Amino acid sequence: MSAKNDQSFRAVMARKNDIMKRAVGIDYGQFELEGLAFDYEAMMEKAGYTLDQVQKIQGETSVGNTPLIELKNLTKLARLDAKPGKGARIFIKDEACNPSGSFKARRAALSCYQAQKLGYPGVISATSGNYGAAVASQAAIRGLKCIVVQELYDSQGLSQPEILEKGRACEAYGAEVVQLSVGPELFYKFLILLEETGFFNASLYTPFGIAGIETLGYELTEQVRQSTGSDPTAVIVTHAGGGNVTGTARGLEKAGVKNTEVVGASVDLSGLHMASDRDFNRKSFTTGHTGFGVPFAAWPDRADVPRNAARPLRYLDSYYTVTQGEVFYMTELLAHLEGLERGPAGNTSLAAAYALAREMDREDILVVQETEYTGAGKHPNPQLTFARKQGISIKRGNPVESKPGESIIIPESPAQISAQNLELEGLKRSYLKKARAEKNGDPLSSPEINYLAAELSSPEQWVEEEYKKGN
Amino acid sequence: MENAKKGDWVQIFKVILNPEERAPGLPPETSAVPLTMKVKGFLADQAARAGETVTIHTATERTVQGELIVVNPAYEIDFGEPQQELLKIGFEVRKLLREEADKQ
Repeated sequence: MSAKNDQSFRAVMARKNDIMKRAVGIDYGQFELEGLAFDYEAMMEKAGYTLDQVQKIQGETSVGNTPLIELKNLTKLARLDAKPGKGARIFIKDEACNPSGSFKARRAALSCYQAQKLGYPGVISATSGNYGAAVASQAAIRGLKCIVVQELYDSQGLSQPEILEKGRACEAYGAEVVQLSVGPELFYKFLILLEETGFFNASLYTPFGIAGIETLGYELTEQVRQSTGSDPTAVIVTHAGGGNVTGTARGLEKAGVKNTEVVGASVDLSGLHMASDRDFNRKSFTTGHTGFGVPFAAWPDRADVPRNAARPLRYLDSYYTVTQGEVFYMTELLAHLEGLERGPAGNTSLAAAYALAREMDREDILVVQETEYTGAGKHPNPQLTFARKQGISIKRGNPVESKPGESIIIPESPAQISAQNLELEGLKRSYLKKARAEKNGDPLSSPEINYLAAELSSPEQWVEEEYKKGN
Repeated sequence: MENAKKGDWVQIFKVILNPEERAPGLPPETSAVPLTMKVKGFLADQAARAGETVTIHTATERTVQGELIVVNPAYEIDFGEPQQELLKIGFEVRKLLREEADKQ
């Protein structure tokens, strides 16, 4: 039996680096510095694209240039519960207007462009999110074959309606959907498929995938300047794998913003295990939640590429969580007050924005940087119908009393929407703890200290002290 | 289930990893069950019945073998049941905005 034919878990995982290298067309080794450190900016520059190039590539497939909408009624409502002089203007970037209905088209546009340019016959993506449909749609335009690998069902064969809809969309664009049961070995099957087909790895985490989101931060700044004459006070981003935060923040920087805060928001799914066959269907959000947001912030290099281009702790100024019930509630408000039927998962940052706007000044401008399309299965009613069948208690009340996997509490009034601050310092400490484990407790070299300070957007002295503490 | 004939759009099932082959460190409820896969495609065999091992050609023209489970698989998604907990939200907040407008 040749080495390639050995498809045992161990043998395939041992071939990981070779398979990856061939499937993304990037020699990541050239960016490695010393120990933990690598040259992130060099990777983004050499392996990514400039903003002008990204705009041109996205223009070829009608991606981007989505409308920025001021949510005047929601702002009015938030001000009812705000102190005098408080209640920021809330704007939303209607990313559902992209070809496949989400901002993920921006990332997929670059992945598929790259695949075509390098002569790959097709693309593969491992995702249960909107990125699947985005890759399928962009691959369709460029005449590439497309496989989307989804973690879809538990050992009883039960599937979240939201993921089923996302898979249906992939098939509508001509993609093959490989559906898998619960487990991180999805990555193993993904590697086998890359090896078997010779397709391009349309990872969410390549330099060009992240560069694709920079246009989002750039466009929204231009639009806010045009309609208000000033820069956004804060931009709030639904955070999962870190790409949305990273790309948006880099785009804001390229637009030349000076004091705009970058705020992350995730749905709180604390207590649920992401690899659990039991917990899999006890959550109502399959993305934008803390199950991805926390581990990917605290150690980005857990992705399907050797070096993740999404590095959120470099860019986040603050990070908040909201509950599932609050996001469903906000999805109703967006439809009933603003005439926009979107989400629900994409409304995570909107729920946090509603709470934060009340604390900000009336003159401040708070931008929610995405919406996503709604469809059968991907909508509050089917998602809550499904949750109820899994034994989740659904009621109205105070959402802070909800418990992920047991209850979903829909607020009784908009005043009950709150965003819980998740301290970035705790995530930075987790990062250093992992770094320490990677180095078996050995002392950090000077380039490593320098690298970690940039990674954690913290002073070198703090990095050194915290690393030594080893907490 | 009805019999499937060559060219029918079908769904197959396959065990990818048996419990003992799974990755280390999984929660017990996950490691106790196999990792399985479902894929759709056009049936390559002349005819087949549910439960039989068949060959399909997928949308990317891959050839895959597995157990035939569904012929012409439907999308089992809809807009669900109306949720009592959501039905009144829109009216409640419109009322709040109306009351505020009346004050001014």
